[in-house]
Amino acid sequence: MTAPGTPSGEPIRSTLVDSRGRRCPLPVIDLARAAKGLRPGVELVLLADDPAAATDVSAWCRVRGHLLVGQDGDRFVVRLGVG
Amino acid sequence: MLLDQAREQAATLIAARADEVVFTSSGTIAVHTGMLGALDGRRHTGRHLVVSAVEHSSVLAVADRHRLDGGDLSTVPTDETGQVSSAEFIAALRPGTALACLQTANHEVGTLQPVGAVAQGCRSAGVPLLVDAAQSLGWAAPEPGWSLLAASAHKWGGPAGVGLLVIRTGTRWRSPWPADQRGSGRWPGFEDVPGAVAAVTALAAARASADADAIRLSSLVDQIRREVPERVPGVEVVGHPTERLPHVVTFSCLYADGETLLAELDREGFAVSSGSSCGSSTLQPSHVLAAMGALTSGSIRVSLPRTAARGDVEHFLAILPDVVARVRALLGSDDL
Repeated sequence: MTAPGTPSGEPIRSTLVDSRGRRCPLPVIDLARAAKGLRPGVELVLLADDPAAATDVSAWCRVRGHLLVGQDGDRFVVRLGVG
Repeated sequence: MLLDQAREQAATLIAARADEVVFTSSGTIAVHTGMLGALDGRRHTGRHLVVSAVEHSSVLAVADRHRLDGGDLSTVPTDETGQVSSAEFIAALRPGTALACLQTANHEVGTLQPVGAVAQGCRSAGVPLLVDAAQSLGWAAPEPGWSLLAASAHKWGGPAGVGLLVIRTGTRWRSPWPADQRGSGRWPGFEDVPGAVAAVTALAAARASADADAIRLSSLVDQIRREVPERVPGVEVVGHPTERLPHVVTFSCLYADGETLLAELDREGFAVSSGSSCGSSTLQPSHVLAAMGALTSGSIRVSLPRTAARGDVEHFLAILPDVVARVRALLGSDDL
């Protein structure tokens, strides 16, 4: 499901993580696994319908130095920081 | 006679008057009765209720019902430590506000609330303040100025199934129960005399050693707050570092689930609790941690008993890194 960042390091939106139907803490684990090795500036889209996802994705971004760009229902857009 | 003595003693420990004290059948029903009676007593003033976002579920349950019944509700947010700003809370009061509710301290993260300043603001606005003192009454009486107080005896080592409701003289309050000749019309039927006596005896005992216990336990909590992030990677300690209860500390572990952490710690002989949705039947995460913007999954609340010793805490700190590592390995998240 994951694609690497572009060689140029330009922000891309090709990385999709589908955690629908997976309970906490699995969506955040999926997200962290997808983010591993990607460069800062890359954007990931997470699909997660667990009730804890809204709180936990936002908290994960804060703790790990990433940016929650937006959320719409069960769709989260995260821009990676230096991690 | 015994009941009168218990009421007198409770009143002294709470800094209230004996005829203002009612013994209820739980802390939850004390909150419900206090809130419903105050909302009804002031229904001609208005139907606006103010609560903080991190109140106990018993307060929020009444607030929800009030809203569903057509009442207005303002929920005051907190900062990242779980503390409300007194200015922000007071700013939520308005001419039609019937009641405001604020806890003395948070039950999940231990953060103290600015009850004294909020009580003053409520007085100036002519709004009664109900304080939920369940967490702190065993340590000290709340700062004065409140109109109603609710508490639960098992929190200070008393029996479960005994609550305290205090309604200060002059507070507009109409019992949600039909009129009864007993309990000054505030509580239907007999109060539980042995329960009341045991509750007040336990409260007096808790207060007698409160100062010494608070210093000892607070230093143990400081040690946990300092050492857990040093020993375990990916952990965030939450709650206010200094304006807090002496005995409660909560931290959240990334990439671990609360339910398995509790089970693993239980096997090591530690009974802790969690605000994670993973361990709850509703699948909803803790509203307290969510209001603070804290990580809810992998959350662990340690509530030290008065008898906790430094050796117990050191043992906990020694086994915790392996416990968290085991849980992460089970989830396949130990390489993250």
